[in-house]
Amino acid sequence: MSTHVSATASPEAGYNFAYLDEQTKRMIRRAILKAIAIPGYQVPFASREMPMPYGWGTGGVQVTASILGRDDVLKVIDQGSDDTTNAVSIRKFFERTAGVRTTTHTREATVVQTRHRIPEETLREGQVIVYQVPIPEPLRFLEPRETETRKLHALAEYGLMHVKLYEDIARHGHIATTYAYPVEVAGRYIMDPSPTPKFDNPKMHLMAALQLFGAGREKRIYAIPPYTEVRSLDFEDHPFRIQTFKEPCALCAATGVYLDEVIMDDRGGRMFVCSDSDFCEERRSAGHRGSMLADAPAALTGDSTHA
Amino acid sequence: MYVAVKGGEAAIDNAHRLLAHARRGDPAVPELATEQIDEQMSLLVDRVMTEGSLYDRQLAALALKQARGDLIEAVFLVRAFRTTLPRFGYSEPVDTARMELRRRISATYKDLPGGQVLGPTFDYTHRLLDFMLMANGEAPVAPAEVEALTDEDGTPRVTDLLDAEGLIEASSALQDEVPVGDLTREPLSFPAERDLRLQALARGDEGFVLALGYSTQRGYGRTHPFVGEVRVGEVEVEFTPQELGFPVPLGRLTVTECQMISQFKGSAAVPPQFTRGYGLVFGQSERKAMAISLVDRSLRARELGEDVVAPAQDEEFVLSHADNLQATGFVEHLKLPHYVDFQAELDLVRRMRAEHERDQAIHLSEAAE
Repeated sequence: MSTHVSATASPEAGYNFAYLDEQTKRMIRRAILKAIAIPGYQVPFASREMPMPYGWGTGGVQVTASILGRDDVLKVIDQGSDDTTNAVSIRKFFERTAGVRTTTHTREATVVQTRHRIPEETLREGQVIVYQVPIPEPLRFLEPRETETRKLHALAEYGLMHVKLYEDIARHGHIATTYAYPVEVAGRYIMDPSPTPKFDNPKMHLMAALQLFGAGREKRIYAIPPYTEVRSLDFEDHPFRIQTFKEPCALCAATGVYLDEVIMDDRGGRMFVCSDSDFCEERRSAGHRGSMLADAPAALTGDSTHA
Repeated sequence: MYVAVKGGEAAIDNAHRLLAHARRGDPAVPELATEQIDEQMSLLVDRVMTEGSLYDRQLAALALKQARGDLIEAVFLVRAFRTTLPRFGYSEPVDTARMELRRRISATYKDLPGGQVLGPTFDYTHRLLDFMLMANGEAPVAPAEVEALTDEDGTPRVTDLLDAEGLIEASSALQDEVPVGDLTREPLSFPAERDLRLQALARGDEGFVLALGYSTQRGYGRTHPFVGEVRVGEVEVEFTPQELGFPVPLGRLTVTECQMISQFKGSAAVPPQFTRGYGLVFGQSERKAMAISLVDRSLRARELGEDVVAPAQDEEFVLSHADNLQATGFVEHLKLPHYVDFQAELDLVRRMRAEHERDQAIHLSEAAE
């Protein structure tokens, strides 16, 4: 993408800075402060109806709107990429309503709102990553009732989850959860990391940046303060393992990163490319070349001269 | 075939332009005015106001026009506007006994003070398509004006009549010290009290609430209901500004109210008596008001010591799923890209298939030996 850092015109007339009114922001900030004070605990908050649909990031948008200041630089990603439709839509929303600078570079951003990924580049102190969360309750699919799950958390009664993981191993020989893999935060609460692939779980551990999670439809906010221990649940004889990929990225030759599989034709042709598009672009501009860079369609490389 | 991953920004802009074009349709057909929607699609406007929780006919009509008639999309537009409005207080409770009646029927009494008033209703019409309407038939003859149906003191509600005899439970007295809940300002928590339940049901999807009410009639949490009364008409809304200290009228609302009367066997402490289910919605929607009152009564199972065995009695189930905006948002979010998670699942399924194949091969070779 060519728009690396863009300053935009004045915010949308008729609306407060970053859309939400100040009372609502204050209410959300209180919930965020409580969430930071009790890492991994889901704080109920009076989620507002936003001008985008529930399930499309209203929780993340409300958290971002409440913490955003005029000097912030915002990056929005979905599936690791700045250019996915919903990321574009949310970034535009903040350009319009807050007029803040936006960027695609992880390094330049002060606030990163994300859906389904944590950027490959290590986040640093002072940055905030805001996750969009569909179902905040890690125990929801084991126990559908909120009244019950709140009790289970209060008593730290997490046997259900361990039994589920154990049953996976008994049935499949390994844990069959690949995303939204449950974690234990600061040795207390079991938390849903949002539907990020488990590949990203280790990045949450002792992360220097503040991690905030917003679930709009379910009206919950939770947080992981910087440098907090985050442990992916596992067993001694079945330690937690992340996904690995056989090949490096076909565009930038990166290894040890999360790759998307792209279907090239209807004859089984496929390539694997970085899910984090900014990371991939930076590597390419630094001269790294993957095996299929020359043949890759422009829609993937973002290179307009390369049809 | 190739899946494009880049270029989202331009695609979104183009899609929205195309949408605007599709909304207008054939330019040779005259543009629909919001006044026309308000006047001639008035029940649809009522529904958008009810589920949008905002009493404004013009905005609801505009939302319907902008949403190309998609009801939930129109509710969405209204709600997203409503959320930005400042809240300056609560009105006085509306007094439906003083309603200026347009329609009022009771299924429990043949005649009653105030009488049965059919009013404008589809009931007893034969549902035959009227092809004259298609040919833009002439406006029907205006009905004769009659004097107001309601006298000065209003029309007593059927449940008030039963109340005098002690046959029906007293309606819970209004407690000034307990503020009325508002689930648009506070997160809903469980167990939820009746004020919040009724609010959630009023905002809830008509189809969903209807189906739940229907399920109670078919044996899933039976309540043996009778329509004590359905009334439609105009009520005055009053507000007490702090600086004045007395209520002043703010305006008028059209509402539909249903009082459902259900059986109750009584308990050790309470003699057998009838219980209430209640529904109130904006505009004229008897179906919705009746469905709410059925579900309201079912959701009182906990309070009345009944077993919670059916979906319509389960407040977590009902309240968590009644809102069509939440439902449509989450169902439709499946359209958003999920390729990161899908990649993780692909990887897992491939691995499990490989393991399966290996196991099969071992099994076969063992069988051959």
